[in-house]
Amino acid sequence: MLTIRNLHAGIEDKKILNGINLEIKAGEVHAIMGPNGSGKSTLASVLAGRENYEVAEGSVEFLGKDLLELSPEERAGEGLFLAFQYPVEIPGLSTTNFIKTAVNEIRKYRGQESLDAVAFLKLMKEKMALMNIDQALLSRSLNEGFSGGEKKRNEIFQMAMLQPKLAILDETDSGLDIDAIRIVANGVNKLKNKDNAVLVVTHYQRLLDYIIPDFVHVLYNGRIVKTGTKDLAFELEEKGYDFIKSEVAEEVDR
Amino acid sequence: MDNLQYIREHFDQLQATDAKSGLQAIRKKAFDSFNRLGIPVKHEEWKYTRISPLFNKEYKLSQEATSVSWKELEEVRLPGFEQATELVFVNGTFSFPLSTVRSNQILIMPLEEATKSEYREIVSKHLGHSSKYQKDGINALNTAFVKDGVFIFARKGQNVEQPIYIYNITDSRSGNVLSQPRSLVYVSENAQVQIVESYTTLGLDESFTNQVLEIIVDKDARLEYYKIQNDSAHTNQVSTTHIRQIAKSYTHTVTISLNGGIIRNNLNLVLDAEYCEGHLYGLYLQKGQTHVDNHTVVDNVKPNCFSNELYKGIIDGKATGVFNGKIFVQPQAQKTNAYQSNKNILLSDDASVNAKPQLEIFADDVKCSHGCTVGRLNEEGLFYLQSRGIPSNIARSLLLHAFATDVLEHIRPEPIREYVNRLISERLEFDGHD
Repeated sequence: MLTIRNLHAGIEDKKILNGINLEIKAGEVHAIMGPNGSGKSTLASVLAGRENYEVAEGSVEFLGKDLLELSPEERAGEGLFLAFQYPVEIPGLSTTNFIKTAVNEIRKYRGQESLDAVAFLKLMKEKMALMNIDQALLSRSLNEGFSGGEKKRNEIFQMAMLQPKLAILDETDSGLDIDAIRIVANGVNKLKNKDNAVLVVTHYQRLLDYIIPDFVHVLYNGRIVKTGTKDLAFELEEKGYDFIKSEVAEEVDR
Repeated sequence: MDNLQYIREHFDQLQATDAKSGLQAIRKKAFDSFNRLGIPVKHEEWKYTRISPLFNKEYKLSQEATSVSWKELEEVRLPGFEQATELVFVNGTFSFPLSTVRSNQILIMPLEEATKSEYREIVSKHLGHSSKYQKDGINALNTAFVKDGVFIFARKGQNVEQPIYIYNITDSRSGNVLSQPRSLVYVSENAQVQIVESYTTLGLDESFTNQVLEIIVDKDARLEYYKIQNDSAHTNQVSTTHIRQIAKSYTHTVTISLNGGIIRNNLNLVLDAEYCEGHLYGLYLQKGQTHVDNHTVVDNVKPNCFSNELYKGIIDGKATGVFNGKIFVQPQAQKTNAYQSNKNILLSDDASVNAKPQLEIFADDVKCSHGCTVGRLNEEGLFYLQSRGIPSNIARSLLLHAFATDVLEHIRPEPIREYVNRLISERLEFDGHD
């Protein structure tokens, strides 16, 4: 589904990603872990098409298309979804109106008819029940005055509504207490199936107790330095990132 | 012919032909003021808005309602008119035949007639009160030619169900026109009234509208006033709305400026009794060369009044915005609560705004605040919407519309709110494409 080859990217003159290689197939859950500053969020931003990031080298193929050639809205149309680390507050824009516009613009991109008010409401009710999200939250302005947990639940609700092929969760657990993490993770698990994939970007192992990864990749200095199963996450939690740093240092020494 | 010369001749002619008018004295006094004050040139209150060049053009100072047909009126009408009282001014002259009064809770009378009616004391007491605040020749010029204005009287205890729509039409199909509409509104004790005003120019020659509307709000009365400016680029206007709350009462005004050449709005709110409450909202959405200047004055004359003001601007192209918000708290006006906020988004490098909050507080036990921001469109918000599949032009339009929402939501008559929202959506989506 997603193939990243030798990706080098940065912001302005600063190089952050130094040759990422990653392959994600349908039905898989991947986790990218790494210490602060290792390039985790940069990778998520480059994949979603955030401005200001420059790709110097490498390629990203998503469902047979050159992802880097597409605008952020086209990437969403192709089935990519980024759950933001810091969802943006937009006073004056109703959450429902925003989601309706998003759903119908993506349908338009795919050459499908717009959903009428009735069909949209039906879809929304169904996903609200699935995600256990309150109507009151959706009638408010987008993320305005939402708690950290409400913002992240709203992200996952949007994911449920847009039904992406690949969802990237950027530090979705940051700032959440354990109950909120469980709710958000349950939401993601309900949406998971054999045709889609999830890329979890996280600093801590605890989210991976609830969203069980098939692969764990450790990012350090803009490169994936180690790949393993979920046990690797436990090892990191136990030993800290220092052991990775020393392993990498040893490799360099050798 | 020199414009000022023309104005003088026209004035003499008016006074001679309309010699028995009850408005003779006020016109004479105003004309003297006009001669003394002249058109503002180097005037502090007109620092960012230069209107003297407009007087280099020749205008017809029409006192006659030219022929505007019913068909043309159809184009001017605002949504919801079927349930509204519609008052039509053509070139500054109130037209009874084109107007439709759909309520017996209000009384509509030519101003001239009102000076000779049982309402003559109200007229003589309140007509021209705005000159205490607009100390320039422009305001005096309107008053010097007051003749065919209208007197609107909301009867005591009446919750007027039908809003009053006032259409200011300028017919510039045969030459440049200076039109000077004038109205006096009295909202009696316990009455409630909604007024919506719009401005439309028919024709391609230049139009200059110099309007003065004076409103008096009596005890326990409620006034809602909406101004919608969406005229074409070759039209200019100075629009003065002077609201005076003479007893404990409530007012609510929303000023929406979408299109025009030079627009100058003077909005005065005089809180002339204890426990008055006033809300002032404004939105200016500008592009091209449009110049919009909102000058507001909130004058707290008596204690215990509350006012809240929010003006927002979105400025594109080479347009310029001006916000000048004055709050006066007079020495006896203790326990005043007065708030003011002005927020602007500049969309192009050539767009500009001059914002000037001005608080003059002469009492010591008051709560007053003001704030002003000028910024650009929220890039992170734009990316957030795009990442959900929303194309950038639509995302931009949604964000700008969202910015305007906390002004627009205060337009209470539903057909008008929907109308303005639609105008803004169409405009923002269209602009996003070019």
